[in-house]
Amino acid sequence: MSDVILNSITRTYNKGEITAVNDVSFSVEKGELFGLIGPDGAGKTSVFRILTTLLLPDSGTASVNGFDVVKDYRAIRKQVGYMPGKFSLYQDLTVEENLTFFATVFNTTIKENYELIRDIYVQLEPFKTRRAGKLSGGMKQKLALCCALIHRPTVLFLDEPTTGVDTVSRKEFWEMLKRLKKQGITILVSTPYMDEAMLCERIALIQNGKILTIDTPEKIVAQYPGKLYAVKSDNMSRLLHDIREFDGISSCNSFGEYHHIGFRDDNEGEHKKLLNYLNLKNHQNIEFEITTPTVEDCFINLMH
Amino acid sequence: MERKVVISTDKLTKRFGHFTAVNEITFEVFEGEIFGFLGANGAGKTTAMRMLCGLSIPTSGNASIAGFDVYKQTEKIKRNIGYMSQKFSLYEDLTVLENVRFFGGIYGMSNQQIKSKSEELISVLGLEKEAKKLVKSLPLGWKQKLAFSVAIFHEPKIVFLDEPTGGVDPVTRRQFWDLIYAASDRGITVFVTTHYMDEAEYCNRISMMVDGDIADLDTPAALKQKYKAGNMDEVFYELARGAKRKGD
Repeated sequence: MSDVILNSITRTYNKGEITAVNDVSFSVEKGELFGLIGPDGAGKTSVFRILTTLLLPDSGTASVNGFDVVKDYRAIRKQVGYMPGKFSLYQDLTVEENLTFFATVFNTTIKENYELIRDIYVQLEPFKTRRAGKLSGGMKQKLALCCALIHRPTVLFLDEPTTGVDTVSRKEFWEMLKRLKKQGITILVSTPYMDEAMLCERIALIQNGKILTIDTPEKIVAQYPGKLYAVKSDNMSRLLHDIREFDGISSCNSFGEYHHIGFRDDNEGEHKKLLNYLNLKNHQNIEFEITTPTVEDCFINLMH
Repeated sequence: MERKVVISTDKLTKRFGHFTAVNEITFEVFEGEIFGFLGANGAGKTTAMRMLCGLSIPTSGNASIAGFDVYKQTEKIKRNIGYMSQKFSLYEDLTVLENVRFFGGIYGMSNQQIKSKSEELISVLGLEKEAKKLVKSLPLGWKQKLAFSVAIFHEPKIVFLDEPTGGVDPVTRRQFWDLIYAASDRGITVFVTTHYMDEAEYCNRISMMVDGDIADLDTPAALKQKYKAGNMDEVFYELARGAKRKGD
């Protein structure tokens, strides 16, 4: 059964001048950890705001828990948790006051649902008398998650929860999400970090308001057309330019330590030609090997 | 060949009351180098960067930026560096050309210089059609590329980039790094922070800050070897997971 269903949702701004969400359809299954992956301006936040009943779509339908986002907005608001991308708690209230406030608004108490937030809240407890505005980024993020969870929502919407957060805190955050998933909560999370896609069960890649593809990360990677090779030499900047000028190349992008390249005609003869060409260009310590595409490779490929 | 040092610090320290945000950091950055300044949230990166930009006076220690002293010559430092961050870059309500002219003027360039260089900048970025449009109408990726070009418009010796590529799409992110390489080839030193660990690989050298200290500093290859890590993400994790401060 699906918990979240979008059917041809479109949303424009500026009297139709800007199409933020363009005919988007997907569904999120009950208890699924689903990722909406795309850069700033892709339309992720508009999708979240439509699903949390904060923004009306121009056309199309969407439902959460079987409730329509337009007609049944009250029912949806009671049942979902939403953590906006922008920190939206009361800066002048303390950690504890914020949490109590949100519990009260939803007609519950911290005590009643403490079990659900315990893992996260214990890290916040030393600062419970500190004002929310004075917390660090990582702590604000944890408090916002607690406030979104305090009424035990069935569906959790997390809009870019890890943006601007360092690698260590990001890893911790994804561990928390896995534990919440075990409690049966459906989670829709967005992120601009492509490496986080692998931590979701299914993902939708989104760009310019359009869904590029939807599937498990493994399948998206497996569907990458053709083979991809990793190349390096002592001068990576020059290597990039030289490879791009080589005739038989279909794609060439830097990926950390290596450049990832694809051939128009993928065969050993072409590989040899390229290596000879790079030797002639005086590249030293050339490495060349087949590699597995990442979700980011797939995204770049689908963008074209 | 002796490499020219453009940033050098000696036990540079900043305390706020009893809290030591930056604790005796000592390092050098060379001319034309792409230097990655990494660290966990709250490690002291921003405080350190503010001192290096002449915006915050150190508590103790010394530092010289483009040959100028961080205590006595902060105005000279500001004239000789460029700065860009994800948060602040350009004036949204000015056009592309107006932004270029404004920043050129701020840095004391002559009208003649501004005119000829801005034409060059617009054509390098392929923004001929957008030159007279408001910056807010540009896609984020273009804004970031334009902001970088504006930050080095006055040919500073060093440019400081604070998470310049956050949220930018994967293709634009790579084009942004092409601009960084080009600036570095011209001899501009690039001092950059990022949360993308693949970008750490593009730097000539990396420093990793943990709890106010520089926990390590070397080339990406040497760091990976030292920590027996397959990529920079693992190096970062290895160094930062022991951090006591979480930005509090």
